[in-house]
Amino acid sequence: MKWRYFKQSVFFSLVRASALIITLALGGIIFYIFYNGYSVISWDFITKPPTDSMTKGGIMPAIIGTIYLTLGAIAIGLPLGIASAVYLTEYARQGKVVRAIKIGINCLAGVPSVVFGLFGLGFFVIFLKFGSSILAGSLTLGFLILPTIIGASEEALKSVPQTFREASLSLGVSKWQTTYRIVLPNALSGILTGSILGIGRAAGETAPIMFTAAAFFTSKLPGSVFDEVMALPYHVYVLSTAGTNIEATRPIQFGTVLVLVAVVLGIDLIAIIIRGYMRRNKRW
Amino acid sequence: MVVMGGKEIIQLDDVNFYYGECRALSNISMKFVKNKVTALIGPSGCGKSTLLRVLNRMNDLIDGTKVEGKIFFEGKNIYAPDVDPVEIRRKIGMVFQKPNPFPKTIYNNISYGPKLAGLGVEDMDTLVEQSLRQAVLWDEVKNILNKSAMNLSGGQQQRLCIARALAMKPDVLLMDEPTSALDPISTAKIEELIEALKKDYTIIIVTHNMQQAARISDETAFFYMGNLIEYNKTEKIFTNPDMKQTEDYITGRFG
Amino acid sequence: MNRRIKETVIKHAFFLFALVSVIVLGLIVLSLFREGLPVFKQVSLKDFVFGMEWYPTYDPPSFGIFPLIFGSFIVTLLATVIAVPLGVLAAIYISDITPRPAVRESLKSVIELLAGLPSVVLGFFGMVIVAPWLQETFDLPTGLNIINASVILAIMAIPTISSISEDALYSVPQEFKEASYALGATKFETITKVILPAALSGISTAVMLGMARAIGETMVVLMVAGGAAAIPESIFDSVRPMPASIAAEMGETPYGSSHYHALFAIGVVLFFLTLSFNLIADYVSHKFRQTGSATL
Repeated sequence: MKWRYFKQSVFFSLVRASALIITLALGGIIFYIFYNGYSVISWDFITKPPTDSMTKGGIMPAIIGTIYLTLGAIAIGLPLGIASAVYLTEYARQGKVVRAIKIGINCLAGVPSVVFGLFGLGFFVIFLKFGSSILAGSLTLGFLILPTIIGASEEALKSVPQTFREASLSLGVSKWQTTYRIVLPNALSGILTGSILGIGRAAGETAPIMFTAAAFFTSKLPGSVFDEVMALPYHVYVLSTAGTNIEATRPIQFGTVLVLVAVVLGIDLIAIIIRGYMRRNKRW
Repeated sequence: MVVMGGKEIIQLDDVNFYYGECRALSNISMKFVKNKVTALIGPSGCGKSTLLRVLNRMNDLIDGTKVEGKIFFEGKNIYAPDVDPVEIRRKIGMVFQKPNPFPKTIYNNISYGPKLAGLGVEDMDTLVEQSLRQAVLWDEVKNILNKSAMNLSGGQQQRLCIARALAMKPDVLLMDEPTSALDPISTAKIEELIEALKKDYTIIIVTHNMQQAARISDETAFFYMGNLIEYNKTEKIFTNPDMKQTEDYITGRFG
Repeated sequence: MNRRIKETVIKHAFFLFALVSVIVLGLIVLSLFREGLPVFKQVSLKDFVFGMEWYPTYDPPSFGIFPLIFGSFIVTLLATVIAVPLGVLAAIYISDITPRPAVRESLKSVIELLAGLPSVVLGFFGMVIVAPWLQETFDLPTGLNIINASVILAIMAIPTISSISEDALYSVPQEFKEASYALGATKFETITKVILPAALSGISTAVMLGMARAIGETMVVLMVAGGAAAIPESIFDSVRPMPASIAAEMGETPYGSSHYHALFAIGVVLFFLTLSFNLIADYVSHKFRQTGSATL
């Protein structure tokens, strides 16, 4: 009998150790980034462009570029994603076509980000002749996060009770109006939280924008969607691997990483908080 | 074909209904009389709820269902290809077994349907009050119209759903076991209001509760395994039914 | 009549929107093939996939990607070996051994935040903090190698493995657990002999998806795996997995050159590799869900 309990305590220790290791990993990463990066952060760092071949100055253009790319990704991914989810949950009849669409979405979700980058390069940059631009980058990022948004929206729509739809339809309200006035408003919070996580991902991705939108240095801020931009993830990558002055720019690299992490984790935390709030205040 | 005295408002002509391969309703022919309360009774799974949903085409929402035969309302077959189910549902309303108010205010629950149907209501406030009075709910909620409907009790919610359906001014009101989820007091209130409603509406009510059917209905139809066994005045069904099966069910020999 | 037409139009519009995902998938395949196939004028498929020499910039160039494929496999394998125990044990902790809700929610948040870290940040961390440490501790010429990349990839895969395993464990019917305890089994025994087998299909799915994530991951291997396009001899050697080659070399490659096409061809291989992992994971999760409980 004692042997059984001994085995159990060994197991439980392993389990707790795993939890601890994982937490330490996160903690360690955040700690090192913060520790090495915070001294570089200043108002100037965020609002001024780089100078002296990136060894001094700020990263403002990269922040702006990331904002533009992320907004672009949202503009493309969110409406398409919600519309796809609405079709799949509200209008689709079971059958081969619907199954094919769902398989397609699953496959799309599994495509590696570098392959998305190749796609963006081959199709948007070269074939459609958009060139390396905010447009090409946003399209690539938008399609990258599309499956995430579809998944979150589908879940949110499914969680709206069927009885609401029945009640609305039985009153002689059309299907679209039922969807628009009852289903979507009640699914909105779920759609938003799921989408915010997808947006956080778009902000942090490097491979999809490497060949489609990002430039190491732009002398001025973008004036149109056909311009290239600097971007935070790309800035980190280039400064730390290919810049002319890797050691000297090291503090700036840490600072950029810190800003990027703050932005992405900030976005994620907002989503988590909204989700917790929505759960507590469920209206039905 | 069983014919009642009085004007008929809905007529079923040899109707069959299928869930996929399974036939849930067989050769149903009957006429529903205007401004009367007709009860549909029978054991579980006999098809009475299915029949109700066939009348306002709510079964269209389920994949794989098929309707054969004709159902005439206002002289037209509601299953004709050029008929819009949305129009049907505005004239044939429904109240469900479990109360299902929208997570909106009481006022907005009632005004939702008329607003979207574009009924051109000049005075929505009057319509809301009228509907709530007909559902015997006005006095209880007149001061909390802008509070959420989800805060009401079960019985109040169901009366709200009735008011909501009445706000569309339908000709027929279908009720699918409307009191089976409610306590006896709420049940009694709703039975009372049904009695009052039949002046202006035709009511078809599915119920598991035979005593309820005997209390409130004028006509009763007894179903068994998808077939219409007997359809007659309520008094006759409950005191002197023609078919043995009906009698067995009424006396509780099977449930 | 007007409204009926409107409703039909709306329904078809939504259908078209839903088709977009499939269309994009098709476009991806098309683009990859369009830009990648030309390389096979210069090298046969067999030589491409199994060739041992990746010298794309030599004259004449050599396009054998086997070292790259091998590099991908080795870091993925090692990452899986590290990530699966950690991820599954963490999932068990969250779903079956939880102490207070506060601890469970914190661990879940930790894992979620970990999942949110951009890959370039993890690559940076591996390059700037872990590599020097490895270099010093093990007296190596460089800390950019397989073990570094595998550890970082494991950190990336753990959230995927953990959250999907957690779902699988959570959906094991309560009745199984109660039956086991009622027979006098300890918690450990219940977990290992009843819950885990019942959740096996879900956990296998989790592992496959974690592996798919690791294989496709770019920035980490780009910054941390070292970059030597050769078959390694020890875990302290550097490798160049497929995504790293694509990302590293595309910037320097002239458009339309055979090197350019070769990189797209690597993309094709990578695409189908990750696709098969995902499809297998899908298949496993559907096929074994039904029989899982009956074969206990």
